[in-house]
Amino acid sequence: MISLNWVKDYVDLEGEDLKELAVKITKAGVNVEKVVDNHIDNLVIGKVVECIDHPDSDHLHICHVDVGDKTIQIVCGAHNVRKGIKVIVALPGCILPGDVEIKAGKIRGQESNGMICALFELGVEEKTEENYNKGIEEVTSNLEVGTDANAYLGRDDILYELDVHKHRNNDCYYHLGFAYEIGCIINKPVTEPDKSYKENKESVKDNIKLTVETDKCPYYTCKMVKNVTIKESPDFIKKRLIAAGMRPINNVVDISNYVMLEYGQPLHFFDKDKLGDTILVRNALENEEIVTLDGNNRILNSRDIVITDGVKPICIAGVMGGENTDVDDSTKNILIESAIFDAVSIRYTSARLDLKSEASIRYGKGLNYEYTDSALNRACHLLEKYADATILSDVVKHDKIDKTAKVVEFTTDDVNTLLGIVLTDNDVEVELRRLDFPYKLTKGIFKVTIPNRRLDIDPNVNDIAEEIGRLYGYHNLVSTLPKVTTRRGVYVGDIRLRKEASKRLRSLGLNETKTYTLTSEEMASKFKYDAKENVKLPNPMSVDKSVVRTSILPSLINVYEYNKARNIKDILLYEISKTYDADYTEESKIAILMKGNYIINEWQHTVAKCDFYMIKGIVENLLDYLGYKNRYAFEVAELPEMHPGMSAKILLDRECIGIIGRVHPSYKKDEIYVSEISLTKLYNKQIKPIKFKEASKYPEITKDMAFVVKKDVTAGELLQQIKKSGGRLLTKVDIFDVYVGENVGNDEKSIAFSLTFSDSTRTLNDNEVMELFNKIIKDVETKIGAQIRNK
Amino acid sequence: MENREEILNSLKEKLSTVDNLNDLNDIKVEYLGKKGSITALSSMIATLPVEEKKIFGAELNKLKNEATELIDTKRFELENKILNEKLANEKIDISLSGTKVPMGAPNILEHLIEEVEETFMSMGYDVVDGPEIEEDKYNFELLNIPKGHPARDAQDTFYIEDETVLLRSQTSPVQARTMLAAGGDKPIRMICPGKTYRRDADDATHSHQFMQIEGLLIDKNISLSDLKGTFDTIAKKLFGEDCVTRFRPSYYQFTEPSVETDISCFACKGKGCSLCKNTGWITVSGAGMVHPNVLRNCGYDPNVWSGFAFGFGAERLAMLKYGINDIRAFYQTDLRESVGFDRKEV
Repeated sequence: MISLNWVKDYVDLEGEDLKELAVKITKAGVNVEKVVDNHIDNLVIGKVVECIDHPDSDHLHICHVDVGDKTIQIVCGAHNVRKGIKVIVALPGCILPGDVEIKAGKIRGQESNGMICALFELGVEEKTEENYNKGIEEVTSNLEVGTDANAYLGRDDILYELDVHKHRNNDCYYHLGFAYEIGCIINKPVTEPDKSYKENKESVKDNIKLTVETDKCPYYTCKMVKNVTIKESPDFIKKRLIAAGMRPINNVVDISNYVMLEYGQPLHFFDKDKLGDTILVRNALENEEIVTLDGNNRILNSRDIVITDGVKPICIAGVMGGENTDVDDSTKNILIESAIFDAVSIRYTSARLDLKSEASIRYGKGLNYEYTDSALNRACHLLEKYADATILSDVVKHDKIDKTAKVVEFTTDDVNTLLGIVLTDNDVEVELRRLDFPYKLTKGIFKVTIPNRRLDIDPNVNDIAEEIGRLYGYHNLVSTLPKVTTRRGVYVGDIRLRKEASKRLRSLGLNETKTYTLTSEEMASKFKYDAKENVKLPNPMSVDKSVVRTSILPSLINVYEYNKARNIKDILLYEISKTYDADYTEESKIAILMKGNYIINEWQHTVAKCDFYMIKGIVENLLDYLGYKNRYAFEVAELPEMHPGMSAKILLDRECIGIIGRVHPSYKKDEIYVSEISLTKLYNKQIKPIKFKEASKYPEITKDMAFVVKKDVTAGELLQQIKKSGGRLLTKVDIFDVYVGENVGNDEKSIAFSLTFSDSTRTLNDNEVMELFNKIIKDVETKIGAQIRNK
Repeated sequence: MENREEILNSLKEKLSTVDNLNDLNDIKVEYLGKKGSITALSSMIATLPVEEKKIFGAELNKLKNEATELIDTKRFELENKILNEKLANEKIDISLSGTKVPMGAPNILEHLIEEVEETFMSMGYDVVDGPEIEEDKYNFELLNIPKGHPARDAQDTFYIEDETVLLRSQTSPVQARTMLAAGGDKPIRMICPGKTYRRDADDATHSHQFMQIEGLLIDKNISLSDLKGTFDTIAKKLFGEDCVTRFRPSYYQFTEPSVETDISCFACKGKGCSLCKNTGWITVSGAGMVHPNVLRNCGYDPNVWSGFAFGFGAERLAMLKYGINDIRAFYQTDLRESVGFDRKEV
């Protein structure tokens, strides 16, 4: 939260519409999420000129209140209302926090034209019993009757709620930095706060010895103040802290917070008398302990930084102070620490201890050493002024900061080329002056020094172009396109194959799913047909997302269950996704799941049911489409989570590229068929270009034959023999019947084939076909032990 | 041939009452069969004088033809009638439902990504892929996000090995890999849609797995205005020709200058509505000019080459475009929802 009243101390906002300003700031890159206007209308200072008891009540009073232009009657129930005091009056039309609208009316028959308010009713204090019992607010300041009461309540401020990107979260997180941002937008100079004070002759160097033993503390400065008076903070400090969301405590603590909100630099105040005369900054020891300000015992490790008194820790650097050196009501002498710690280390410690403090947030962003000095001096100034402190001379300092200025050289053309706009040298000068970036322009070359407060800017032309661009306004950019290329883009690598497979599967009526790569160990243990080990996350978010899957099938089973639970009966799914094994070897896979009916017409009672041969047909269609026709085979295999009699490996050029089959009924009792094929393996196989094959102009001869074989002989074996014996003239073989039953033996089956013979160069004669036909029969009978049926 | 008219008239009369092909056949036999009345007339030829034989023969032929034609016409009539009766009997209820051929719907994100890919490919961008288990070097370091950088905290990353191997938290590592592979001396145009992972608890608006569509263009003399023009093109393609765009300053570690890109709200045409939170604008992507450090890290000399990079959240685009309120819809595959996507785009 940024208080605009506060910002006004540094930059002149006279005449600015603060709502419009918020829009301008947002357009220039710092997002003002919300403009909070706390002003309550129709709220004035009044004076009770008469107060009598209500005739019909034991606690109400009838008051006559002077509100400046008139005197009005108000019925008030507060115990402390009385003649002569100044109060805060809500006039009719006033809307109090909580949307309470004040209206003129009657209370127990007596006219009441407003309300005398307590602080909790005005949203200034919390609504507690204690605050309720305090009664109405008695205004003791010399404000005139009739004046607006908002300023008195600190409700005359406009607040900006910022949603700042990380990089500007540094300088826009404190009031002075934000004042610079406003300054460059409205083109007005910024005045820094007063840091002056008188110094005592006594030197801090005689009171404290500083040693820094860690390279995680590049900058450490201390000053000492004596004889502070601990009391309530002045009004403006309290109001501003409240506006920024901090609770006022006492003048000393408040000043340290106030300076932090001003400069972004956290300060730490040690009670000097509790501390002794040594400050040693070092890495914490393993298991070193400290009780922090919040009363918790913290166990540290060597990645934490601690401030010690030479022996024991007195502060977890940048995160939270220790109880042992805490400033309390009896504190007299203070050692002020203003330092820079390694941001990464602070973030690590804060995260590990789950201890986020106002200080740790700021240290975690990184700090500007110039403001480390400024904040120290500003704190002295305020302590002198508001806590009667005596400031000791000198500074104790450890300084390993690289102070090389960030300088960037560029030409206006560089900026123009990058942004695609046309600025002149003069335009650039105007913008640099607005930014308050010191520069020199020599022979068309700008030499700009980037102020230290802008930690986010690196000395390169892109960063400068960004600053100029955002002030110039991106809405002024014209749209152009990069100069044309004549080439259309392509799918690189296996993406094209993935897209082709995907489109084919969709055409075949399968629905694409997308599921999570991370699964539970339980899920990942299923369908482990390729014996791959899983990558296990060392710190998973939950058990159900703890390993990287090697197979997509368990996820498809999940999608199946999800849809089944929603009463969907026919479920046809596929997914193509990358999988990884424990060596991080990537394998893209195509997974298919089919359950229910493929083609349905209910009222005609015709269905094509999903069974092994349906999914096999789908897989064959896909492989044929992708160019692998006649190169693949299915080989019986026993596979995990698969029906032992209905599952197979899919071989392509004799290499296993996947599996197919029915899900084991003891794993899922429904009749589910799945297949998973390695897209990566497919991609690694070359395919041949398409070649036209002319259909034979000569007649074909078709002949049927049926064999009786033992049940364990497969159709594949028969087919293979038939094709082998048939040779070149046998151009097609189809199986048109498989029979088991009365006419064959119990352990036998009959398989019928339809054979097509043709030659593309001539008409075959009956005799040669008959000869070939008989040869096939003979071969099959002798080599497979089959018997020709119905010869 | 005095009885010619008589014969034809009797035939016509018989034909007028016949209603089936069998009877018609009987009639044909009766007149034109071997013993038919017309056939019988030919026996008279022998009895006629020579000079009349010729005339009688010609008349008899004419009569035969006329009778045949009458019978054929009737046959045609009858056959037509029978066919029509058969067809009338075959009439079906065409309102009954057709046989259901299975649908094949794409995943919604893939559907959107394919459309985006198509647009970028037409502008010369290749579609590139990269590993999802990625090295820290590509995911962060080369992209100007060194170890300990606060930008890493924001992307709460799934690490697999401490500080070295991770599930990529963005698709940007594909950009780094593409630049390195190109060797620093060739222009690049690419997009890299893909899965990314961050430690977010899944709810209606967060998903630990999500998809980004990032793009990169490297060439000489590329400007922010070129990015604006490119973004205009894709915005119009996805959200309609009347879509207007704007840039706002923003910040990303791997681009400088950086912008957030807004489109005019397509629901209210910029007037202000609940979708755009009354601003008239919807933020759809982050983009910017490739940071010189990133160019340098990936082998390109920032004094010679420049370029822009952009990134869309596929889920966000799809949620906006199709009015989806729960991000989990993309990963559940409720087939009742997939149905709507089993079609082409407008």
